Amino acid sequence: MSSETQTSSQAGRPGFIWAVPAVLFFGAFAVLPMVAVVYLSFTTYGGLEAPVWAGLDNWKRLTTDPLVVNSLWLSAMLTLLSWLVQTAIALPLGVYLASKGRMRSLLAAFFFVPLLMSGAAIALLWSTLYDPNFGLASIIGPLIGVEDGNFIGNPKLAFYSVLLVIAWQFIPFHTLLYQGAARAVPVSLYEAATIDGAGRFKQFTAITLPQLRDTIVTSSVLMLVGSLAYFEIILILTGGGPGAATRILPLHMYITGFRGFDMGYASVLAVILLVLGTALSLVITKVTGFRKMASQREGL
Amino acid sequence: MFRSRQEKSGSRSQRARRVIPATLAVLAVGALAACGGASSSTDSGAATPGGGDNGGSGAELQLWTLQNEGINGVQQAAVDRFNESSDAQISLSTYVNDPYKTKLQTSIGSANAPDIFYNWGGGNLKAYVDAGRVADLTDALDAAPDIKSKFIPSVLDVATIDGKVYGVPMQAVQPVSFFYNKDVMADAGITEFPATWTELLSVVDQLKAAGVQPIALAGSQGWTELMYLEYILDRVGGPEKFEAIRLNEEGAWKDPAVVKSMEMVQELVDHGAFGSNYAAVSYDNNGSQALLTSGKAAMELMGSWEVTSLNDSFPDFLAAGTLGWADFPVIEGGAGDPGNIVGNPSNFYSVTSDSDDVEAATQFLLTQMASDEYVDALISVGQVPAITGLGERVKVGQFADFNAYAYNLVLDSPTFTQSWDQALAPDLAQTMLLNIQQVFNKQMTPQEFADAMDAAA
Repeated sequence: MSSETQTSSQAGRPGFIWAVPAVLFFGAFAVLPMVAVVYLSFTTYGGLEAPVWAGLDNWKRLTTDPLVVNSLWLSAMLTLLSWLVQTAIALPLGVYLASKGRMRSLLAAFFFVPLLMSGAAIALLWSTLYDPNFGLASIIGPLIGVEDGNFIGNPKLAFYSVLLVIAWQFIPFHTLLYQGAARAVPVSLYEAATIDGAGRFKQFTAITLPQLRDTIVTSSVLMLVGSLAYFEIILILTGGGPGAATRILPLHMYITGFRGFDMGYASVLAVILLVLGTALSLVITKVTGFRKMASQREGL
Repeated sequence: MFRSRQEKSGSRSQRARRVIPATLAVLAVGALAACGGASSSTDSGAATPGGGDNGGSGAELQLWTLQNEGINGVQQAAVDRFNESSDAQISLSTYVNDPYKTKLQTSIGSANAPDIFYNWGGGNLKAYVDAGRVADLTDALDAAPDIKSKFIPSVLDVATIDGKVYGVPMQAVQPVSFFYNKDVMADAGITEFPATWTELLSVVDQLKAAGVQPIALAGSQGWTELMYLEYILDRVGGPEKFEAIRLNEEGAWKDPAVVKSMEMVQELVDHGAFGSNYAAVSYDNNGSQALLTSGKAAMELMGSWEVTSLNDSFPDFLAAGTLGWADFPVIEGGAGDPGNIVGNPSNFYSVTSDSDDVEAATQFLLTQMASDEYVDALISVGQVPAITGLGERVKVGQFADFNAYAYNLVLDSPTFTQSWDQALAPDLAQTMLLNIQQVFNKQMTPQEFADAMDAAA
């Protein structure tokens, strides 16, 4: 027995002790706050005095809060559209940048600039660009039928204006993921396909896409779960406005909790976000079979 | 959120900066905020308890205030003067605006609570008073009538809750008034700023005919729009109408005067007073100020910090002397005194009831906040203190004329209504700001506004 355990640990299978730091960290910064937020959702808490048990009062408010359906809908749309738009751009771009060539590396350097900037800096930059009187919006607007440059102040356009900024921020990161993955595709596959007479498009759909499968899943999980919880750019750019036109669920939670100091109800919203986010990532990994961790390189 | 909006001498608009700390605060504080919260505290005052042990009565007191390059030096000097002659020793800690609110909110009932704290008066202070955390200063002030009479009554009222005084004004008064571009007005043939609502509407038409946007409005931020409602309701129905709202009286939001005021707001919107794209304009990135200074718009309704803020961002405009200022117009047939004003009466220092030495902390406020040294030092950094009888003394420095205007405006005002978003409970204030934006954007009718606020209150 004892020799067996020794062999297995020598074979690189460390005992539980190795996981202790990670478990402690996860417990303190993930599990504990989650438990706390569920508890707070049943209390009235303004941060000033100790939480007071309120039973289901906060949860009942969900039905009377006119903003909650609106913010859920906006969050769903933001998540879905962000995923569609960002994948549609990042995947082809990443594959394109994966090939060799001086122009491409130069372009890549430019594409990745937003990666270096903090979300707050990006939001401040874009709020200046979107200024309807002096910003880029005042020049571009009249060209595309928005005469007064009113993008972020128009309830119909504000959402898409915000979507654009978020895409601008995150596409470079996902492009980088796809670029790396595309570079890892064995050249021999393409050589074989060329001999078989497959054209460029055929090679992309028959070789590149299947080979990128795991990357697509990874990138999608990051995008979907990420944009569900995402809000800093919207906070700075529109503050959820005009009116409630861009008030997504996380922002609704923030304003309720940290501006309205209504931590109890904000915790209800946080719990909903938590459940949605966890469910979403579970579904994705389940549906895509990502957890099997199957190799894509069989036969090579 | 409660904004400080104080004038900052020699630095950019604080509003623009708030945004980043706000975001960082979210990231840093996160779900654990409830457990204490992070904050950026810098002990600029480095407590130096005079000569080793302070003996029995020498308590060490914490004073918390907001970071502000101009004013912190003045505050430190006041603390130093006090410490020289007292057993109790005060040390000054400064904080950035948004983290400060969370820090104060979470620590004031705990062992880490400060002894003296900066606050905004009104609803913000009331929450602490209701929780029993703030010392009543009424008796101490009544015992020193010569000091009490130095504070402008309409300002002291803001820190008075149920007839008891809980705070002492410690920095500038910030009334709201109209600012305008003299050149643009002159080019449109307007020689005098409109004194009545009717005149205002006709001036709006005149300016539109001249091809300029009559009024700049940073409508992406609800608090700029709130100022119109504050003034119009005061002029139409008198300050009692908001007082009823503040005291959460039954049906106060549904008062016909509230609906009428919102109708007048939409009348301005329909007149094209704000142009069409105001909902995308931000005050934080100087969007509305750029309209005013570039001559694309003629006027803007804003707090007194507008002058220093314009000076920071558009110094040439200020130097050219094209900036004019004027009172909010009289509304014909209205019940309110046209001398009434709205805005931020001041910020306040209050004493916590759990303080080690409430008496010493109170003595600090009484001996220092109205002292000639403190008042003159405030004036020298461009602040107009909430102190009576200053007369020509405020007329110094680069903005002497405006300072004198703002000072007299406050001094002569029968009532000084505090900005509603600071006077009301924070959650109600957030709902109100959202709904006001929707009224300005015509997504909500005045009656719907009244009903929605009545339901939320």
